[in-house]
Amino acid sequence: MAETINMPKLGFDMAEGMLVRWVKQVGENINKGDVLAEIETDKATVEVESPASGVVLQHIVEQGTIVPVNAPIAVVGAAGEVISDQSPAISEKRADEKPLPTPPAPAPVSQAVSSPEPSSIVHGPSSMIKASPLARKIARENNLDLSRIQGTGPGGRVVRKDVEAALSSNQMSKVEGRPSPAYSSRITSYEDETVQLTKLRQAIARRMTESKTSVPHFYVTHEYKMDAVMALRKQINEYLPENEKLSVNDFIVKAAALTLRQFPNLNASFAGDKVIRHGAVNVGVAVAVENGLLTIAHKDTDQKPLRQISNEVKAMVARAREGKVKPDDIEGSTFSISNLGMYDVENFIAIVNPPEAAILAVGSAREVPVVENGEIKIGWRMKATISVDHRVSDGAEAAQFMQALAGFLENPVRMLV
Amino acid sequence: MPKITMREAISQALMEEMDRDPAVFIMGEEVGVWGGTYAVTKGFYDKYGPDRVKDTPIAENVILGGAIGAAMVGQRPVAELMTINFAFSAMDYIVNQAAKLRYMFGGQFTLPLVIRAVGGGGRQLGATHSQTPDAIFAHFPGLKVVSPGTPEDAKGLLKSAIRSNDPILFIEHATMYQVRGDVPEGEYLIPIGKSKVQREGSDLTIVTYCKGLELSMKAAEQLSKEGIEAEIVDLRTLRPLDMEPVLESFKKTNRAIVVEEGWKSYGVGSEIVSRIYEEAFDYVDAPILRVAQKEVPLPYNRTLEQAALPQVPDIIAAAKEVLR
Repeated sequence: MAETINMPKLGFDMAEGMLVRWVKQVGENINKGDVLAEIETDKATVEVESPASGVVLQHIVEQGTIVPVNAPIAVVGAAGEVISDQSPAISEKRADEKPLPTPPAPAPVSQAVSSPEPSSIVHGPSSMIKASPLARKIARENNLDLSRIQGTGPGGRVVRKDVEAALSSNQMSKVEGRPSPAYSSRITSYEDETVQLTKLRQAIARRMTESKTSVPHFYVTHEYKMDAVMALRKQINEYLPENEKLSVNDFIVKAAALTLRQFPNLNASFAGDKVIRHGAVNVGVAVAVENGLLTIAHKDTDQKPLRQISNEVKAMVARAREGKVKPDDIEGSTFSISNLGMYDVENFIAIVNPPEAAILAVGSAREVPVVENGEIKIGWRMKATISVDHRVSDGAEAAQFMQALAGFLENPVRMLV
Repeated sequence: MPKITMREAISQALMEEMDRDPAVFIMGEEVGVWGGTYAVTKGFYDKYGPDRVKDTPIAENVILGGAIGAAMVGQRPVAELMTINFAFSAMDYIVNQAAKLRYMFGGQFTLPLVIRAVGGGGRQLGATHSQTPDAIFAHFPGLKVVSPGTPEDAKGLLKSAIRSNDPILFIEHATMYQVRGDVPEGEYLIPIGKSKVQREGSDLTIVTYCKGLELSMKAAEQLSKEGIEAEIVDLRTLRPLDMEPVLESFKKTNRAIVVEEGWKSYGVGSEIVSRIYEEAFDYVDAPILRVAQKEVPLPYNRTLEQAALPQVPDIIAAAKEVLR
């Protein structure tokens, strides 16, 4: 019996997704769990796995089509199976196509031609990139990656001048190097550049505006003694292979998860007339990706050992950077951590990631002069600031959380037992 | 160079060829005593007499049938169709006889025949007398189709056509007889089957011919004021089609429009665009657009007629669109 595969809903606010690429073509064999297609949501390009084994019988939508959540995209069944007219896939599609007297039915809207999105965010094969034949030829001859070039033609099409501009900026940096700073009588005028927002950038813009304008934030900063974590990390890492070494952030993620178990009100979401305290502690970790950031969602963080957390986070971060996150990677976080420690940042403040109630912004662990028992010594210190939705929690609770967090970070052995 | 009208240029070509070769003669409706509907053969009857300037019945199949027979036995007839719309009455003679006789007789006959026909709209002659069916005739192998856009080309091309041993449909535009242009003094020929760059430019290529050339030149002047330099390639001959100058220009500009007066569907523009995609795909930087007549029978009402015909602002808009 043929099975219809629908556009999955990959986020609480996902309404539609673009089918970027069919990985399995019609007629190809497919096993349950094989990647059938790649779709692009507000957040990322993700792979859709087949829920059934068999043969791909039909692609209901074409590549480049925007499809509403739960609308059928493909049919998988037995080889040679004839899809009957009663098949849900077909009948639903017909229903969508029927001209309805009432306005906007969420029919699949083909935006292959008129899509305003620039091509640079598409992670599919180069055939998905809108570029003129001439632009393609020049890019090919010069070994340029078209997906990295911002198109300025209609609909974001990459045209000759875009490729040539990319080429000349490449060559400038190669050949001329930095311009001589002094005694130059000529001033180069640099022109303004208009950059189209990628889908991800649009999503960030929308969600951060929503958060910062509708969520009343307050902030609590705490300084942590990190000597013990630094020492423990060094010690543990001596026993771990190169690709499994723990980062400072791994300790913070684990410590935050354990602390959240004690503060269910900060592991929560505001919902109008109530607060939902989430049962699971899933710590989100903000990851800088090309053109923006994603928050990967580590599941049941409080119940997993450090090494497992570290490995799972590493894998998800890698997928996020490659633009290949799985739906599960980016959904379901209940609290987020944003760490800019690697950039030598003393302290910063993050914006709450809705619908979560709080986010922890982490600065660098650094060696500073500290006063202990009336003496000035050298010690590892790290500042962190929690941003909290004031509708859910108050300053005292947040301060207590930060203090409790110190209990783990300053005695990290507690995280190991 | 003296500036003369298209009418004078065509008239000169006919007269020079009739003076040069006694086998050349003219036949058509009102070409003799009346001097031609568009006064192209004014004075010819008095100069050459009724044997060489023949008034015919109002029967296009007679004109073409007679001309084809004369050409087969060694004469060099110039048959005039008062309008190209009447060519449909002689369609069998044009496409089944003229275009195929040399081929079907294995070259035993040649067909040194020129069919002069007046085409185009814009003179409020109604839907049946205002058509631009050039592409239909250019469809048939065996028939050459020439349609000049300047007096210089009209004269040089018509002289070459009369000297050619192949049947040639020579299409003149009804609204262009008064167009003036430089024409070289004395004897000269322009080869059939050669396109020509009529204006140089670097930003886009406008491919056109006949009336489209006149409109495109005006559009190019206005575009130039906005800093857009259009290169205009005049096809001059639709069959055999010379794509070399078009492709050369396109490889320079990478963007093009095609301007023709006929309808867009299955038209000259369709052919040119296909050829560019086939032969210069890697040089395409934007979709190539066509400017052509609206897909309606041409209205009689002046305002509607002008609205249906391609105009200078249409060309400017298309040029800007491909440059987006």
